[in-house]
Amino acid sequence: MSVVNDTQAAASTGTETFEPKILAFACHWCTYSGADLAGLNRMSYPANVRVLRVPCSGRVNPQYILTALNKGVDGVLVCGCHPGDCHYVSGNYYAKRRLMAFRRMLQYTGLEPERFQVRWISGSEAGKFRDTVTSVVEQVRELGPYKPDPALAALIDSSVDASNPVLPEGGEA
Amino acid sequence: MSRVGVFVCHCGSNIAGTVDVEHVAEEAAKLPNVAYATTNKYMCSDPGQQAVREAIIEHNLDRIVIASCSPRMHEATFRKMLAGTDINPYMLEIANVREQCSWVHKDKDVGTPKAIDLVKMAVAKVNYDAPLTTTTIPVNKRALIIGGGIAGMQAALDIADAGYPVTIVEKESSLGGRMVMLDKTFPTMDCSACICTPKMTDVGAHPNITIKTLAEVESVGGYIGNFEVTVREKAKYVDYDTCTGCSLCETKCPSKVDSEFDQGLAKRRAIYRPFAQAVPAKPTIDAKNCRKLIDGKCGVCEKVCPVGSIKFDDEDKVTTEVYGAIIVAIGYQLIDWTKIYGEYGGGRFKDVISGLQFERLVNASGPTEGHILRPSDNTEPKTVVIVKCVGSRDPEKAKSYCSRACCMYAAKHAHQYLDKVKDARCYIFYMDIRTPGKGYDEFYMNTQHDGARYIRGRVSKIINQNGKLICKGEDTLLGSQVTVEADMVVLETAMVPADEANQIGSMLGITRDKDLWLSEAHPKLRPVETNSGGIYLAGTCQGPKDIPDSVAQASAAAMKVAILFSKDELESNAMIANSNKNLCNGCGACVAICPYGAITLEEITARENSVMVTREISKVNPGLCQGCGACTVACRPGAMDLRGFTDEQIMREVAALCQW
Repeated sequence: MSVVNDTQAAASTGTETFEPKILAFACHWCTYSGADLAGLNRMSYPANVRVLRVPCSGRVNPQYILTALNKGVDGVLVCGCHPGDCHYVSGNYYAKRRLMAFRRMLQYTGLEPERFQVRWISGSEAGKFRDTVTSVVEQVRELGPYKPDPALAALIDSSVDASNPVLPEGGEA
Repeated sequence: MSRVGVFVCHCGSNIAGTVDVEHVAEEAAKLPNVAYATTNKYMCSDPGQQAVREAIIEHNLDRIVIASCSPRMHEATFRKMLAGTDINPYMLEIANVREQCSWVHKDKDVGTPKAIDLVKMAVAKVNYDAPLTTTTIPVNKRALIIGGGIAGMQAALDIADAGYPVTIVEKESSLGGRMVMLDKTFPTMDCSACICTPKMTDVGAHPNITIKTLAEVESVGGYIGNFEVTVREKAKYVDYDTCTGCSLCETKCPSKVDSEFDQGLAKRRAIYRPFAQAVPAKPTIDAKNCRKLIDGKCGVCEKVCPVGSIKFDDEDKVTTEVYGAIIVAIGYQLIDWTKIYGEYGGGRFKDVISGLQFERLVNASGPTEGHILRPSDNTEPKTVVIVKCVGSRDPEKAKSYCSRACCMYAAKHAHQYLDKVKDARCYIFYMDIRTPGKGYDEFYMNTQHDGARYIRGRVSKIINQNGKLICKGEDTLLGSQVTVEADMVVLETAMVPADEANQIGSMLGITRDKDLWLSEAHPKLRPVETNSGGIYLAGTCQGPKDIPDSVAQASAAAMKVAILFSKDELESNAMIANSNKNLCNGCGACVAICPYGAITLEEITARENSVMVTREISKVNPGLCQGCGACTVACRPGAMDLRGFTDEQIMREVAALCQW
């Protein structure tokens, strides 16, 4: 699975402009449909973002964000329904509280705030999705590649692995 | 070892135009556990689906990835297809290479590598898919309709005729909504009341329909098939069981206030029916203006009522009932132009009126009995200016959208005015004429033949001078300034969502667009459903519409409800939370975070480390769980997981992405 594409090769050798990798968690009901609508309206935005669909922004475990940053992503975006609009009543409120505290913690460890952002984008806000993605890509491009502190990375790695519930008797799912 | 099949769709040129689909399939074939990868012109078509079925048998596949349009579009289609094979319908992942790849990137060099990454993520996830099963939940075959305008009434009649009980919750004291306020309807010039009031009577008399007037929905709980709805019926101060609707009380009441129904052009009493044909045909007391209820003096209505129906001690009635489906038909209101358009007098000039006021003015049962008279001095206006797009298509000051019905009713107003007033002149200031619809353009042309003069441009200012309204504007076709001395000005104002739209939207989990119109599930393919199962939209709450479109949408929503009610049970969501009892420590964090009350703690006794232990563990109710996954993140020991979106699957997707 070591298919390295041209952009990445160029980025790692530093011969061309740096192309950041952004992982965007999008809730199925609002932001994911907003992203679909951006496509339907043939808007265009940088290809640096990969959307990972989750049912609700409240499903996003901080552990995913740590792993992503630690394993080579330059920025993470979490998007959900606007406050008050959550398809699941209150998931985005939990996401907001949880991720805002988590964001402070990441900043404390030295992460630039632009690398981890939380945004509310509704299913009809295709333009906002495009603008958000574009601005996050630009901000992270300015910052350059993310290099996790090796000691911290090792710590995160061990803690994430320990809590990773990949257990043989892990229920039916 | 799983055997994954990857199927990449061309979607004609929709995907293949900016993504090298053959290359995507080649790269997919190299991924671990991928046993087969191919492309197809239209994966969702019958031949496309047949090709997948054949490949499953031929290559002994046990799970598949479809790289195509959004899962919101065809995930259900492919699940249904898998249901006809040996593979469980949930052993499927969709890579969204159309909406989120080929359509937003113009270049194959950009689109192709991204599509490969998206397929990689989907393959990483599908490897950890597990077969899922559903359970059944009961359907309560009773419908709730919020709003008793033409859309709500049509939906109620259709559902009731299909044999199911319906309850209408209407905030006003009568059914009818906006349509019953109109005089005539375009393009046939049917009398609005003549086609609306029989519907109201039908609704009122239908054995399957219950009407709750002066009522509002206070809270909604539950889910499709099982909504628990609390409705507050405000005190009417009249006993509807005994009242005969003789209206003697109305004639004797001494309090007079502006009539909402007549748009402030006439007065009504404090005990009143909004209009003569109201359904229910019984009065209510407006507590804010009733002398008896304010300071205890009066009570004339009580004295004259021949059957003793007046109840000054009446109280709000709050009831909670269970419904299987909800139709939202809360309609629209007109934009308050007085706050925005100071250049049109901002409401200071009595003879600058709104289109709805004109409807009342021209109506035979309106304040002037159908004679078109200036509100200021009751004289007949000889020159009328009609201004269109007041608030519509004006992003700087008001709304950016077109309100859709105004071009037609402006033409209707001009036609009615020129028909009723002899030697009259009518000028219509317009931006564009939009008359799509059966017989609509012909109607507009006829209005021009009637003598209405269309001037392309906006009115920039109205000055009140010696009883005349001087309208200054521009004729953009002639490129010159125009001044019209008018006796009366009619503003065709924008439709905006009802005041309750935001509150009802958030209570029912319906998304609103930037203007607060309620959003349908899909703008083209699911125009009456919302993203919340069992909740449907009808009429103008979803966006500006004219009457035929509102009625059509209402019947469509009613059909959706009838389809839902044709089943005794529904299949529950398979992608729900699941607790691993070996890991659960019974802390209850999941119980607190679940918005549906779907998780409970249950006592178990089991042998652990050779000792019999009794302890509490969490248990998920599959009928109540909606699969949001909030509990999974709250779970400290990592016992709670979400089927279909497990921690393992998301972590594998992240890992696949990190190799990009």
